[in-house]
This record gives sequence, C-alpha cells and structure tokens, in this order.
Amino acid sequence: MDVVRRNNVTVTGNPHGPVVVLAHGFGCDQNMWRLTVPALARDHRIVLFDYVGSGRSEPSAFSEERYGTLDGYARDVVEVCEALDLRDAVFVGHSVSAMIGVLAADAAPERIGALVMVAPSPRYIDDDGYRGGFTARDIDELLESLESNYLGWSSAMAPVIMGNPDRPELGEELENSFCATDPEMARVFARTTFLSDSRDDLKKVRVPTLVLECTDDVIAPREVGAFVHDAIAGSTLVTLEATGHCPHLSAPDATNAAITRFLAALR
Amino acid sequence: MMCRIGQQPEPQDAGGGRTSDAVFAALLEDSAEELYEFAPCGYLSTLMDGTIAKINRTLLDWLGLEREAVVGRMRFTDLLTVGGKLYHETHFAPLLRMRGEISGIALEIKQADGGRIPVLASSAVKHGSTGEPLLIRTTLFDARDRRAYEAELLRGRKAAEEARKRAEADRARLQEALAVLQQSLLPDSLPTVPGVEAAAYYHTASPDRLGGDFYDVFPVDGKRFAFFLGDVCGKGPEAAALTSLTRYTLRAAALHDPDPVAALTTLNKVLHERYAGSGDPRYCTAVFGTIEPDAATGEAAIHLASGGHPPVLVLRADGTAGYLPTPGGLLVGVLPDARFATAGTTLAPGDTLLLYTDGLTEARVGEDRTSLYGDDGLLRFATGHAGRSPHALIRALTGLLDGFGDGLDDDTALLALGVPTSSSLSSATRSH
Repeated sequence: MDVVRRNNVTVTGNPHGPVVVLAHGFGCDQNMWRLTVPALARDHRIVLFDYVGSGRSEPSAFSEERYGTLDGYARDVVEVCEALDLRDAVFVGHSVSAMIGVLAADAAPERIGALVMVAPSPRYIDDDGYRGGFTARDIDELLESLESNYLGWSSAMAPVIMGNPDRPELGEELENSFCATDPEMARVFARTTFLSDSRDDLKKVRVPTLVLECTDDVIAPREVGAFVHDAIAGSTLVTLEATGHCPHLSAPDATNAAITRFLAALR
Repeated sequence: MMCRIGQQPEPQDAGGGRTSDAVFAALLEDSAEELYEFAPCGYLSTLMDGTIAKINRTLLDWLGLEREAVVGRMRFTDLLTVGGKLYHETHFAPLLRMRGEISGIALEIKQADGGRIPVLASSAVKHGSTGEPLLIRTTLFDARDRRAYEAELLRGRKAAEEARKRAEADRARLQEALAVLQQSLLPDSLPTVPGVEAAAYYHTASPDRLGGDFYDVFPVDGKRFAFFLGDVCGKGPEAAALTSLTRYTLRAAALHDPDPVAALTTLNKVLHERYAGSGDPRYCTAVFGTIEPDAATGEAAIHLASGGHPPVLVLRADGTAGYLPTPGGLLVGVLPDARFATAGTTLAPGDTLLLYTDGLTEARVGEDRTSLYGDDGLLRFATGHAGRSPHALIRALTGLLDGFGDGLDDDTALLALGVPTSSSLSSATRSH
C-alpha cells in the first residue's frame, strides 16, 4: 500500500530546509502539532503523519498483531522516512512517540539524525526502584475510560473516519472530530503504550537528543524525565514551565523556543 | 434538565391569575447565585493550568469535600480517577485546547469516602478581549443511570459479537460436514473403462445446502460398464437421503440385471415403496445406461433408458451434435408401475455422449438474467465442441458454468463418455 496515503502523510514548510518529522502520541493525531508547525515552517521542511489506527490513517492497514508492539509503530516511522527518502531527519515525538522514535532511529540510523522527546516515558508502570507513576490497575482504568467513551464514536464518527471521498459535506464534521479514533484500534494503542517497557532501548540512542519535560505532568512525572536524560548519554534536558502532558499545546511558545534552539545548534 | 445561569423565566400570560403570580414570585427568589450553587449539576471554573478557582455546592457535595480544601488547592484532574486523568491528558485536554470546547465526555470523579460517580463532562474556554484564553468552565452531569444503561448496551454488544463468532464457527463446521456428506453421494473418481474416456463435473450451487444431483460409473460384468446421472426433487438433508438411496439402489439393481429399463424399474419400486405412503412423496429423474466397448471395432455400444430426464447429447467426431430423444419416460418413484423410454447409439472414435442435469439448461442468462440458456443454447455449444475429448468438453462446460455467475442457481452434474480417437490410454478422472 502507498505509505503516504496509509499514514496520511503531510509535508509542509520550507522545501529546502532540514527535515523535521513531527509524530503524535497516543490519543490524537497530527493536529496536535497545530501550534508547533508555524514556528518551524520558515526554516524547516516539516513532515506530519498519523500512525495507522489514529487520525485519518487507512483503517484497513491496521492489524492487532503489528500494532500490538511499539516496533510496529516504529516501522510506520521508518516506512514514512523511506517513502519520502528522508536522511538525517530530526524526529520530534510526543509521549509514547518519543520512544517510538528511539526504536526507529535504531532500526534506520541513516534516516534519523536527532531526536526531540516531548514528555517521554519509557515505562508508565512502577517497578522495583523505578517510579513510572502508575499501577497496572490504573492502566486497566484507562482502558475502561476508552470503553465508556465508545458509544458516541461508533455511530457518528465511523463514516467520517473511514473516509468518504464521495461526501465532501462530511469535511466540516471532520474538522470537529479530528482526534476521534476507532475505539478498537485506540484500545490496542493504549495497551501497547501503557504496558510498554522501553527503558533498555534508551541506551541504544546514538544521536543528539533533546528531552523536554513539564514541571507538572500527570503522565510523565519529573523522575521519569530525569531517568530518560540520565539513560541517554549526551542528551539535553529542558524543563518547561507547563502543566499537563501536552506542552506543545499548553505552553507552545516555550516548547517551540526549546525545539528551535536545539535545531539551530544542530546546524 | 437544562443547566444555565442567569436565565429567568418569562411570564407567559399577563392575566395568569393569582396562582401563577405566586409561582413566578417564588421563581424570582431563585437568584442566579442560588441557581449556581444548588443546580442539579456540578459547576467548576479553573485556570488554564487546571487549578480550581470556583466550584458549586452540588459538586462539593458529590465529592464530599469542603470548598477550602478545593479552591486554589486542587486541579480538575485531582478530582478524577487515574484512568480518567489519563483520558483527560490524552484526549480531553488536547481537544479542549484546540477546539475551545468539548462536550459529553464520560469520566469518573472520586469521592472523599472512596466512592466514584460517573459523570458526563463538558468544558468551554473563556477568552479575554484580545482572544487569550482566561479560564475553563466545566459542567458535570451525574451519569450513574446513563452509564449503567450504557454498560448494559456494551455488554449486549459484546454478547452479540460473541454469538456472531460462535454462529460463524458453527456454520463453518456445518459446511465442512455437508461437504463430506456431499462427497459421499458422488464417486471419488471414475473407474478406468478400457477403450473409453470418462469425465465428470459437479457444481454445487450453495455450500450450505446438500444438492440433489448424482452420477456414477461402475463395472457390471466382464464386458459392460453401467453409468447413470439424475436429479432428485428438492434440496437439503431429505434430498440427500433420497440421493443416497437412489445411488445405491441403482448400483445394486445393475449388478442383478444391467438392463437399463430393469434398473430404473427396480429404482421406481424402491422409491415408490419408500415415499408414496410417507406423506412426503419424493421422486427423481434419471438416465441409466450401459456402455460396451468393442476392442475389435474400436467402437462402444450404448443402451440407455430415461425416466423423465432431459435427453442426452451425442457429439460426433465429424463436428455435428444432436440430442438422443427419450420421450415419454416417467418420473421415477411417482407411480407404482412406470414406463421408461429407451434409446441406443454407437460411439465411434472421437464421439462423446454427454449427460447433464437441468441446472445447465435452466441457468438464467442475458443482461437482466430473465431468459434461460435452454436446449438450443446447449446444442449450439455442444456442436461447437463436437470432436473434442470428454475431458476437453467437461473443461469447456465448466468454463460455461463459471461464466453464468449468479445466473446459475441450481446444482449441476455433468458426465461425458467418449471413445478416444487415438490408441492413447483412456483415463478416468473427475474434475471439481
């Protein structure tokens, strides 16, 4: 299948600039970067995409087997890079995508030349001597939350998300539902994300890395940011004055400034 | 119940009388402040970072918390269960940031005593005069009843999904059993008949239903082979039972007396005896015949009888074809004494005898699938293939059947017997 179509790839910004790939995390899609793109567009070629199972990706490309592991999502990243023949791209990943970027950079080192990890967490569940912030029971609760927000989705959103090229009037509706995801696929992504343990993968990082954490993040507490920073030799840690798990939305200026600074230092 | 602040009911009728005046007076006592505090839903205003700035009494009561412990001290997410917090961070907050409002999201709030209340949350961002976001207003509705109902729906949905999966598995098992049974009604392969080439094909119209067509070829003595092909009335298990009875009766009868009329007469007696008094009269049509190859001449003599079955076709080596008429033969099993029509021919090298069931001639063809393929259509097709070997003929007919698509809605059996032109060994196989 055409990867560009499959992952709903969008390319924008300066066609002659260095490439920045912006990768969304669990819960939404490439629209999450709405406030980031304008800050980077002048000097960078920006690649946006939706993971299979999210946003407006091709639903038929989804398989529980592939997307039941973070490697499956990392293959999406590598395949998008290959489809556009990207080299030395800067991969900016939010939340679980930060870890997916680590796996992708390891799998295709010629494609990814630097990492920006926005609110990363290599493991969400507490472990011996490690505080991820959650218990296994908490994760079950999240899966229940997904389930209880299921009913509204399936009737109203399914036809929109499934793509209706013959019905342009659905476009407006889509505008209001861009983060809607097939609950079955969201469930797989949630399980894969929150039950993952990628702590050992951090040691594989060989590229310049910026770790962005928030002062007050429910999902990735500061211990986790410090853990990631410690595990990746030579990485830079920036703590953003921001509440919540999405600093690119809640504190876009500070987030964009940190990313821009990092990009400038790479040149 | 609507949940709005500061709206006052408008008097509908100035002359409404004393009672309604009193009602309105009472309503006017319901100040905006009172309405806010004791509304039948929870109200919450937070700063953009989620810090709670204002909360109504109703929500405090649900939470079991005092205002002092909440305002300026807790964030909206602190009121939620952990699963709700995760959902808030990954879905609710990003959407609210980008759209400025979000509605009807199912969350659960934690009560001080450890209980939980499912709520439906809606939020809207209030913007300042220059468009900067100032605060978030959130309304929470008690959704205990609704969520219980939704849980029922989800349970129902899951049960239906499981039932569907079970039904599919059952159906697959049944189809497998039917396929095995169907195979038992037909020969695995055709026997080798010296000096004769034989080929057959069976088309099943529906994998769910046992078909009622049958055929067979088998040796009866040192010189002759018997063959038959027919069609029982109906479909499904009853038809399959009838097919089975018919097949084994004809085989046994032919061993006793291979004369075609004798074999069909025996079958007629057996079917009539079995079904006439059963209240479920059943019958079949069949062609039964013998083929006797003559090694000296290289020809094969055909003797056959028909009980109500469409006439067989003879395709000659010279490129002609024609029906071998068997008029007046009665359906087998209907009457205690039935008459059957006989016919005979000799197959020279390159000649082929074709037996078929009416699924072929009654296939619906044409743009709108209203006309039948018919005897004439079949004769034209056969003429076009006259001189071909039985295997080549059956292959061509299989292609014809495939081309009918959904115009072919009945089972169809085909049996071709021919004398090869060369001295090449005859083969006996059945195509599927």
